[in-house]
Amino acid sequence: MSRTLETLAPILLVAVLLGLWETACYLTGVPAYFLPAPSAVAAAMAQDWALLLASAWKTLSTALLALAFASLIACSLALIISTNRLLEKAVQPLAVALQVTPVVAIAPQVVIWAGLAHPDRAIISLAVIVAFFPIFSGALTGLKSTDPDLERLFDLYGATPWQRLLRLRIPSATPFVLEGHKVAGGLAVIGAVVAEFVAGSGGSQGLAWRILESSNRLQTAKTFAAVIVLSLMGALLHAVLQASEQAILRRFRGR
Amino acid sequence: MSQVASLSAVEVAYPGRGTVLGPFDLALTEGEIVALVGPSGCGKSTALRLLAGLEQPTAGTVTRTPERGQTAVVFQAPTLMPWADARTNVALPLELAGMAKVKARDQAQEALRAVGLENAIGSKPAQLSGGMAMRVSLARALVTRPRLLLLDEPFAALDEITRRNLADDIHRLWDQTRPAVVFVTHNVEEAAYMAQRVVVMSANPGKIAGQTTIDAPLPRPPGFRTSEVFRNAAEAVSHDLAKAMGQIQ
Ligand SMILES: Nc1ncnc2c1ncn2[C@@H]1O[C@H](COP(=O)(O)OP(=O)(O)OP(=O)(O)O)[C@@H](O)[C@H]1O
Ligand SMILES: [Mg+2]
Repeated sequence: MSRTLETLAPILLVAVLLGLWETACYLTGVPAYFLPAPSAVAAAMAQDWALLLASAWKTLSTALLALAFASLIACSLALIISTNRLLEKAVQPLAVALQVTPVVAIAPQVVIWAGLAHPDRAIISLAVIVAFFPIFSGALTGLKSTDPDLERLFDLYGATPWQRLLRLRIPSATPFVLEGHKVAGGLAVIGAVVAEFVAGSGGSQGLAWRILESSNRLQTAKTFAAVIVLSLMGALLHAVLQASEQAILRRFRGR
Repeated sequence: MSQVASLSAVEVAYPGRGTVLGPFDLALTEGEIVALVGPSGCGKSTALRLLAGLEQPTAGTVTRTPERGQTAVVFQAPTLMPWADARTNVALPLELAGMAKVKARDQAQEALRAVGLENAIGSKPAQLSGGMAMRVSLARALVTRPRLLLLDEPFAALDEITRRNLADDIHRLWDQTRPAVVFVTHNVEEAAYMAQRVVVMSANPGKIAGQTTIDAPLPRPPGFRTSEVFRNAAEAVSHDLAKAMGQIQ
């Protein structure tokens, strides 16, 4: 009983809020370009669903590709750096500096470097940059988070550095790396959307372009529709990554 | 009886902490079980790490005759690789030494059978109870047939019944190859039950405060826990410990 209530509660809340919104729009007669009623947003969604879906896929596939690249680069770099303390110390400040720099601040320059004719390349690169850090720091932390007694055991049996890496450090890092991918997935979408905004041309047919295009034309209902699709997509990606993380961890630990 | 390992006049100091151990002497002969008892922080684990060759003393000499792979350590926690099943965990020392995987896993299976875990071969550490995990840890220590077995409070996290069962298991397994054993514990009765010789340490820095030799067969005969010999030994160790802790002169 309370279980069903708990699942129903958020749905109920959204329904109530939408109802209030709809009523408010109807009663105040606020212009649609300023605040469209939920029914208008729904209509925009129904009308443009094919285009919205194609745009969403464009943004999502960009983010996923960026996630794959970021994963490859971040894991390899963390592996190399973890083998050498001095190297790690040298790289750390640089990594932090890059991490705290907002992606919008570097986006215009990246767009220029990628070539104005290739907004796709700029968008991927920027998404890779934001997805890189959570994976990198997760992997680096994980590679150093081995149980000291297990390290002693490997010392005791004269393990080679290679054996230690393959049989102790990399497996120890796995949960951290998975967590990093989960965070990076969400960030890759944000990175891709921000980059699409900055690239700001019809050359990229992602969701950000749908938002820009409709808001430039004051088609606010369409803007809302695109934003809703964007957040649904983000939530879906998060859920998928979360579920895969848990499934992999369950297999990994045996429960 | 030949010596397996010894610490002579060893001292260990840590930067910012001063001397934590020594001067300290301990000689282990073949097939001997020695228990090390003492207050927390008196340097028991440190002495064990010296014997294992995992750490070098600041002063004094450590002599070790076992070759690489002939020394085994069991820690307070089972210290298993959580991602690997019991057999893979036990096979680790053999595989690190370069043994072929199939052969190593066969021997690991054998070692698991010896500790009564033939049904848990494919279980991962999270699926095992505390006592079972400690058995896996013990199997991993014994799989290389060590000449020197170092146990650092292996029962600390276990309940009384499991401790008693494991104590007898360790004796039975010890009897098969008779390695020299150092058994660290906080528990006076456990020390008197496990060992032929109980060394009591005092702290700051860790030194020998007293020794008790227990003249009774190993493995322990049934009913040993209620015997006169056991009671006297436990009392003697208890007395040494009280002295080490400054409770009596
Ligand atoms: N790497 C280290 N650096 C500094 N101090 C250390 C280090 N290792 C141990 N010590 C100190 O040395 C002393 C002895 O430590 P040790 O772990 O050997 O004690 P112990 O007798 O095993 O204690 P316990 O019964 O709590 O396990 C402690 O005071 C500890 O704080
Ligand atoms: Mg200790």
